[in-house]
Amino acid sequence: MAIPLSYYVTLSAIVFITGLVGVLIRRNIIIILLSVELMLNATNINFVAFSHHLHNVAGQVFVFFALTVAAAEVAVGLAIIIALYRSKFSINVDEFQLLKW
Amino acid sequence: MTLPLADILAILPELIVVAAACLVLGLDPITPAPRKQWLAWLSVASLLLCFGLTSLQLDERVMAFSDLVIIDPYACFWKLLLYAVTVLTILMSLAYLKEEKIHLAEYYGFLLLALSGMMIMVSAADLLTIYLGTELMSLSLYVLAGFKRAEGRSLEAAAKYFVLGAFSSGILLYGISLLYGLAGSTRLSAIAMSVATRRLDDPALLLAMILLVVGFGFKIAVVPFHMWTPDVYEGSPTSVTAFMAVASKAASFGAFMRVFLEGLGGLKANWHVLLLVVCVATLVLGNVVAIVQTNIKRMLAYSSIAHAGYALIGMVVAGQAGAEGAVRSLGLASVMLYLAVYAFMTLGAFTVVAMLRKGGLEGDEIEDFTGLSKRQPVAAFLMLVFMVSLAGIPPTAGFIGKFYLFMAAVQAGLAWLAVVALLFAAVSAYYYLRVVMVMYMREPQASARLEPRLAASPVTAVVLACAVAGVILLGLYPGPLVALTNQAVLALK
Repeated sequence: MAIPLSYYVTLSAIVFITGLVGVLIRRNIIIILLSVELMLNATNINFVAFSHHLHNVAGQVFVFFALTVAAAEVAVGLAIIIALYRSKFSINVDEFQLLKW
Repeated sequence: MTLPLADILAILPELIVVAAACLVLGLDPITPAPRKQWLAWLSVASLLLCFGLTSLQLDERVMAFSDLVIIDPYACFWKLLLYAVTVLTILMSLAYLKEEKIHLAEYYGFLLLALSGMMIMVSAADLLTIYLGTELMSLSLYVLAGFKRAEGRSLEAAAKYFVLGAFSSGILLYGISLLYGLAGSTRLSAIAMSVATRRLDDPALLLAMILLVVGFGFKIAVVPFHMWTPDVYEGSPTSVTAFMAVASKAASFGAFMRVFLEGLGGLKANWHVLLLVVCVATLVLGNVVAIVQTNIKRMLAYSSIAHAGYALIGMVVAGQAGAEGAVRSLGLASVMLYLAVYAFMTLGAFTVVAMLRKGGLEGDEIEDFTGLSKRQPVAAFLMLVFMVSLAGIPPTAGFIGKFYLFMAAVQAGLAWLAVVALLFAAVSAYYYLRVVMVMYMREPQASARLEPRLAASPVTAVVLACAVAGVILLGLYPGPLVALTNQAVLALK
């Protein structure tokens, strides 16, 4: 039995909102980074589900690009976090007080 | 599958910029330290080549790579502007980076990569290419924001920019995925056709549109998505701040306008209201909060937020129900004109800020400008010109930019919006002219504090000359640029 499209879209919405709330309320920058990844992967669920539903391969192609970009983003993000940790010995965003947040 | 030569030729400028970036990054380790600035000149040369190529493409309309990329006068206008901005940024960086002791060649590589991302954004005809261009630009800018690795402020700016930038990309991407589900394609023309057949109050369609507004709103820094701007602009190296304030804003506006007119043009009635609220909020908040700033980079950050608000007036005009085609075009053309003018005056102002040194550090407090007219009359006068132009006082280019925007608003029947914008332009004169007042009216204090000095160099002088020439010439003789924007805007839709 095929799973209806609405199930996928609902799952994707739940994952996306989890990520969104995570970025807004968590204070550890690594957790924030992971929450952003949740948001991006929610998008991928959407793309694949729509692609399957529409019998259109463009969505799956988009997922490959999105995955690649997400990997590059993590690389840059972790590099910035490491540089920040070396200068402050902390990855808690509440302790970054030089600039008014 | 073979790649047709025509497609390759269409994106030749992008390929040259990427190749130059790779060449700079590759040559960096084998170039001895005293010759590193050759790599900067290599970047400038590649950009001049691209400038020539794009000028040749100015009258074409070519779709390439199965409609992923479009080369039309609209895209070429933004590209020419972006080349000019990048060349000036590279030139102003030469002296600044040496002064900051961070003269590393990868800086130029990242600038060129960011530029190639922006070029892809403005000539994209598909949400896939727009997303890729945006990310290429943003990822390079995150690195550039943290380029002063020894300084905590710069690293913090990079971290904040990264977190909020990645967050906004996630939101943008989710909006794109919803649009894909509704339209069955990410191509702007296909989305436009699908929107035309749908009910306009379809909640999924509205949600997708709102998510796109939020995603682009972060990139162009409008209220309420502006929180990152002051922090990132203050913490980043000044040359990078100038590049972000000018180039990334221009490219994001370019992509934003194309998506909302070509793709979501059928939803005008819906996004018009949304953008109107955002526009007024941006004008009010940007101008009012700028008044209380004591750091000049922070003040210019709020001023850049306010300027994004002015530019949005043109978008609001284009979405106004009942406005004629000519008025809509005028609105869009004045956005392009405004951002071109804004580029010159903002780059000029940031160049003066980058030159001001206090001891080994940047003099980036407004206080540091005290009595500058006595010590450095030329620099003080140039800063005066840029501040007057930012405030929109004739005969400078800032006045022309605002004049066309307000005229478009009045013609579209939005006279009240023009009045609000004019009132807040008057408010903005207060904080711009305060800098002038500090420079001209106050005596330099002979206190124990380190005396601020100017780190001038011939190359920086060239940048300042270009910026001031742009501000004055466009102010006195805007005809050619106006004609260019009018021609470019016809390519939309």
